[in-house]
Amino acid sequence: MFSYAFKRLLSTIPVLWIAVTLAFFVLRLAPGGPFDGERPLPPAILKNLAAHYNLDKPLVEQYLIYVGNVLQGDLGPSFVNEDFSVTEQLMIGVPYTFTVASLAIVLAVIIGVAAGSIGAIYQNKLPDYMIGFVILTGLVLPNFLVAPILQLVFGVKLGWLPVAGWGNGALRNLVLPVIVLTLPHAARISRLMRGSIIEVMNANYIRTARAKGIGPRLTVMRHAIKPALMPVVSYLGPAASYLLTGSLVVETVFGLPGIGKYFITAALNRDYGMVLGTVIFYMVLIIILNLLVDVAYAFLDPKVRTR
Amino acid sequence: MNQILKSTFAAGALALLLAGSASAVTLNMHNGGDPTSLDPHKLSGDWENRIAGDIFEGLVTEDAGANPVPGQAESWTVSDDKTVYTFKLRDGISWSDGKPVTASDFLFAFQRLFDPKNAAEYAYLQFTIKNAAAINEGKITDMAQLGVKAIDDKTLEITLEQPSPYFIGALTHYTGYPLPKHVIDAKGADWVKIENIVTNGAYKPTEWVPGSHVLAVKNDKYYGAAGVKIDAVKFVTLEDNAAALKQYRAGEFDILTDFPKDQYQWIQENLPGQAHVVPFAGLYYYVINSTKPPFDNANVRKALSMAVNREVIGPQILGTGELPAYSWVPPGMSGYGDPVMVDWKDLSYGDKVAEAKKLLAEAGITPEKPLKAQLRYNTNDNHKRIAVAIASMWKPLGIDIELYNTETKVHYDEMQRGLLEIGRAGWLADYNDADNFLSLLKTGIEHNYGKWSNADFDKLIEDGNKEQDQAKRAELFHKAEKIALDNTAAIPIYYYLSENIVSPKIKGFQDNAFDIHRTRWLEKTE
Repeated sequence: MFSYAFKRLLSTIPVLWIAVTLAFFVLRLAPGGPFDGERPLPPAILKNLAAHYNLDKPLVEQYLIYVGNVLQGDLGPSFVNEDFSVTEQLMIGVPYTFTVASLAIVLAVIIGVAAGSIGAIYQNKLPDYMIGFVILTGLVLPNFLVAPILQLVFGVKLGWLPVAGWGNGALRNLVLPVIVLTLPHAARISRLMRGSIIEVMNANYIRTARAKGIGPRLTVMRHAIKPALMPVVSYLGPAASYLLTGSLVVETVFGLPGIGKYFITAALNRDYGMVLGTVIFYMVLIIILNLLVDVAYAFLDPKVRTR
Repeated sequence: MNQILKSTFAAGALALLLAGSASAVTLNMHNGGDPTSLDPHKLSGDWENRIAGDIFEGLVTEDAGANPVPGQAESWTVSDDKTVYTFKLRDGISWSDGKPVTASDFLFAFQRLFDPKNAAEYAYLQFTIKNAAAINEGKITDMAQLGVKAIDDKTLEITLEQPSPYFIGALTHYTGYPLPKHVIDAKGADWVKIENIVTNGAYKPTEWVPGSHVLAVKNDKYYGAAGVKIDAVKFVTLEDNAAALKQYRAGEFDILTDFPKDQYQWIQENLPGQAHVVPFAGLYYYVINSTKPPFDNANVRKALSMAVNREVIGPQILGTGELPAYSWVPPGMSGYGDPVMVDWKDLSYGDKVAEAKKLLAEAGITPEKPLKAQLRYNTNDNHKRIAVAIASMWKPLGIDIELYNTETKVHYDEMQRGLLEIGRAGWLADYNDADNFLSLLKTGIEHNYGKWSNADFDKLIEDGNKEQDQAKRAELFHKAEKIALDNTAAIPIYYYLSENIVSPKIKGFQDNAFDIHRTRWLEKTE
């Protein structure tokens, strides 16, 4: 298992290198630079800035300097947020995003699996239809709509929860952003779960279990859920990496200092250091999560384990 | 997680600290973007100015109405030829760590500002100081030649290149703040980290979470501390205006520095008296590439300008009632009097369009033989609305506009490289002087995107800046402005408005044309 994981990790190094190289050069092809803005700077000052950030050196030399620094674990300076290096900014933002995202993932799995299982047990009966309706609503409403509505209802009208802000991580501040993040994923997971359980319920070993006299609810709980989780797990890999890299909308609307907006704002600001830093961070995160999904597969499905 | 714990702890400790004092008052301000830095030499935005101006103070500072008043300097004298200023520092001024603020802190800050190694973006704002530009461009490497001298601990002498009536105003700008030499010597570039930084303003920063907020608490070492009524200011980063307004309604903000324009009417009806929408020293305008035919023809430019129905843009297209601009210099600039207006200002819109049609017909442009032109703007809803409206005003004249938008960085990069026919631009005053706007049209400067050039205009501006007498100077500038307008150097569209929402709890908030409201003049009642 460990040698398998290790090999998987090694094979990702060239992928990472290609991504960084591509990002580095493609970014420079984009017109405009970090110091273009509403107020043009005198040429002498632009020259000073370029020299300060090594931008006056040939592109290949800049690339070599950058890769050299990354190999030493230094993601370099941010061109826009000068008091914090790229690494420092990521270190500051990650705990916020991870707190909100991991709560959302856990919640989405619990709600999704429960709702999906209930839907499967009561297939085509009233509970199934009701859950289906709620889920469809969660799926079709985009988060940029749900978030302001929740703010308006629970923050402004009812005054139960803060409209936005981190509030030092108080639970009341987390409720709304976590709900907004959870909804679409809980909805998708429950659809996957429902379909998957229905499929598993047709398998021979379930029929055997039923033939032994186990009731439908117990059959589902004891024999169907674990194998039925496979599609959910494969969905969780990408979903988790999506959530853990932060959500631009949720972080902007709720004023959370997470990393979701870094990538977008850095690209718009031509903050070369920050864009490359986030690319590397996202890649590493996605690689790790995919690895975890593979391990989870092996745990859930004996067929994968013995192969 | 560590970071959260740390900030939780810090905030908890602060809460205890504040709870300890009789009645701790925190001003919660929606500040828009994240500051680039707390280092005054690295700033460029108004949201950064709001923080910097609360935690630092220059020789001269702003009063509640944003007028220059003595700050760290108690008084100053000017030589007869108006080029040498001698500042006497106030007694009892000190940094937040208790060390006194001396003339050498100012000397050090100016030297650092102009040192090319530090690459300060805004250094050019103080280029009126003798040899500052040459040092910044690397032509002079001997810092001793800079026109700033610390005569003794309490006396600072600044020599200018030439008399400059706006120099005192420019000293209120963050490029004129002193820096704590003793801390920078000890910590180097890390001096600005929150745990190291010391400041000399009414507040000192104690917490900065990027993407969330900067917290500044009252600086007891500040000479005016006794008059400072608000104990702490929380400058909150939040780019979503609509969310900010909801937070304001829930009482989570005391001041919003911006709001969604499309909700202005709702705000007026439901939060009466809380929206402060006042003219701001800024101009929204279109530049025309005057080196490219047919736009090199002044009559074509004039026709384009005349056909813009400015009266509908503020009230109807933007909805906040921006005032139509018929002059190049916005009204209210110090010592300038009323700006010059275009001579066709008072014609009815129908007459303007008729005249514009005539001028274009003379240049061979008619609806039958239309001119195709590109109008570029940086991607933004309001810019788009205005561009669409103006394109439709030009359409009946025989101008077929292709709209072209790019993100801000690309827009200005391409405009500077002269890749435009007609392009959107805006300018906010750096200091209270007409020169700040007129200079935008001088030959050969980066901001003159349309490359309009007029020798008489350049000469008048140059003469005006050498003129000692304020009235004569204004007269020269008025002449220059008239030349620019008669030749339609560019198309002024509207004067900016500052748009704040201020809770009735806040007292002492004075509307002004610079939108500068230092917290030390404010008061918050529960």
